[in-house]
Amino acid sequence: MKNLVLALALLVPSLAFAAGSSVPLDKANFDLTDKASLQRGARIFMNYCLGCHQQQYQRYSRTFEDLDIPADIGQEYLQFTGEKVTDYITSPMPQEAAATWFGAPPPDLTLVARVRGADWLYTYLRTFYVDPSKTFGVNNLVFPNVGMPHVLEELQGTPRIYHEEALVDGETVKRYAGIKADGNGVMNTEEYDQAILDLVNYLEYTGEPTRLQSEAIGRGALIFVLIFFIFAYLLKKEYWRGLK
Amino acid sequence: MNGFMNWIEQRIPLTRVANMHAIQYPAPINMNFWYVFGFLSTIVLVNQILTGVWLTMNFVPSAEGAFASVEYIMREIDYGWLIRYMHSTGASAFFIVVYLHMFRGMIYGSYQKPRELLWVFGMLIYLALMAEAFMGYVLPWGQMSYWGAQVIVSLFGAIPVIGPDLVVWIQGDYVISGATLNRFFALHVIALPLVIVILVFLHIIALHEVGSNNPDGVAIKHKKGSLSEDDKTKFEIHEYYTSKYDIADDVVPFFPHIVLKDLVAFTVFLAGFCYVLFFAPEMGGKFLEHPNFEIANPLKTPEHIFPVWYFTPFYAILKAVPDKLFGVLAMFGAIAALFALPWIDRGNVRSWRYRSGLHKYNILVFAVVFIFLGYLGGTPQENWKIVASQIATVMYFGFFGLLFIYSKNEKTKPVPARIPK
Repeated sequence: MKNLVLALALLVPSLAFAAGSSVPLDKANFDLTDKASLQRGARIFMNYCLGCHQQQYQRYSRTFEDLDIPADIGQEYLQFTGEKVTDYITSPMPQEAAATWFGAPPPDLTLVARVRGADWLYTYLRTFYVDPSKTFGVNNLVFPNVGMPHVLEELQGTPRIYHEEALVDGETVKRYAGIKADGNGVMNTEEYDQAILDLVNYLEYTGEPTRLQSEAIGRGALIFVLIFFIFAYLLKKEYWRGLK
Repeated sequence: MNGFMNWIEQRIPLTRVANMHAIQYPAPINMNFWYVFGFLSTIVLVNQILTGVWLTMNFVPSAEGAFASVEYIMREIDYGWLIRYMHSTGASAFFIVVYLHMFRGMIYGSYQKPRELLWVFGMLIYLALMAEAFMGYVLPWGQMSYWGAQVIVSLFGAIPVIGPDLVVWIQGDYVISGATLNRFFALHVIALPLVIVILVFLHIIALHEVGSNNPDGVAIKHKKGSLSEDDKTKFEIHEYYTSKYDIADDVVPFFPHIVLKDLVAFTVFLAGFCYVLFFAPEMGGKFLEHPNFEIANPLKTPEHIFPVWYFTPFYAILKAVPDKLFGVLAMFGAIAALFALPWIDRGNVRSWRYRSGLHKYNILVFAVVFIFLGYLGGTPQENWKIVASQIATVMYFGFFGLLFIYSKNEKTKPVPARIPK
């Protein structure tokens, strides 16, 4: 028995291994209750992402309603090509043509946060760097050779990758030391990080618009189950009294 | 009211059947928490059927429409997300309770004579459930749906001679396509649920014929006339049982005693179920895999293809064998061995409480190996895992081999004639 417990204990750490990107991902501390952040994220999405990517499973009206954006304001500031407010969030770019331009159609972003995870998106959008050998002049750390231009460059500025030399096992190796923008963007590093966090927050929201509702009902359900348990347990005890 | 019930009773044996199978059914008094998982499986089955019916109302079974219709249910149907998560969480919950139910059968020898057919019906339910779950996972038409189907269906291609034609026949096309999705939908919502419900019915009829086992593996039904009046149960037990046997006083009626016990278990189960359902429906990518939130794309293979967690032990066995045909044989053999358990175990003491230390170790090691195989089959391939899964596969089959050998002349403890007080 002892050996078994030991064997189980030894197994546990190996279960913690997980497949991951070669770059450690930064934690995205998004907050679905922060409506201001979600609104800013939606604005970035509509301005910078929607040119190519769609959210074809989500309607504008749903986004506006959940984010406390009045429909007329939303239509004026977040809809650019004259769609109805009840339309799905689709891109004006013809998706089939885009497939030939980029090699693959730009993926739909409704559910991207559930596919990639918030941390991945948060890191991905902050690790573009200049690489003249690529078609769009940029490469990415978490998604090497990505076929997407750095559309947020006007916000971030021109990002450059820096390496440092380090001694590893007696050999000098070049090691990644970080990415830093040139300072020619409209945002500084903190502002850009916050903007990306807002965008990730918005994408996390569209991935599962019912998350907050689900947790609210869940809390009620668990309290109900707990009370139900107490009564069920007492009833059972009463009937089984004196038996055994 | 009485007149109405009499009118009914003269035309259909409603009260009689309810008394016989649900109210005055004699259940051993010492049934512990391991005995709640059969009841819980039934609850989950009902959950799957009801939520499934409602999902069907809006699901579009076509390659073009399936993925979008699931998102439509998640976003635009009132509480569609709740019904969908109840169904997806229910699928995993089903396997959790069924695995625990099977493990209970193993530790207390519930498969032994005279319960062999009961066990076989149970295994048939498990098999049908696996087919049901596999086809259900294909329906949302995400990346894992598509590529998982690709991997599983291609297994049939390993069968000599007829393999390739068989694959085309199953798929209804030369590749996994909308035609495959459509037929899997038909099987998932009509054929297999019917099969499962019928098998569950047979499982319960067989159970009530031979009677429930218990943690001591001791009979509660005794030969007519062998018990004194004092030793007979004071509870009202249906004459279907009392006319054939003397029922010892270590039973309780199914209602209310067992029902109330199951009710307590149900609330505990419900707490866990609701937690996952409302707070973590993806369960870290185990219940709903992350790549499955991306629509199926035949041109883009996911980095890693895993079946859902409940298949991974068998998937690990499949991958452990280098040859595809023998891998498939090993995988099906792993399930076949479970079917044959009543005949592999040649002992006549049921519960591990009265069996040898070796038997206890054998079962516990088997459980650990099964979980370990599940881990191996559900995580990315690494070099050490190839050898590990081969060793684990040998150990999996070793359980049955060892059991067959030692159970013939096993040193067991004396089994009491009656359930110990």
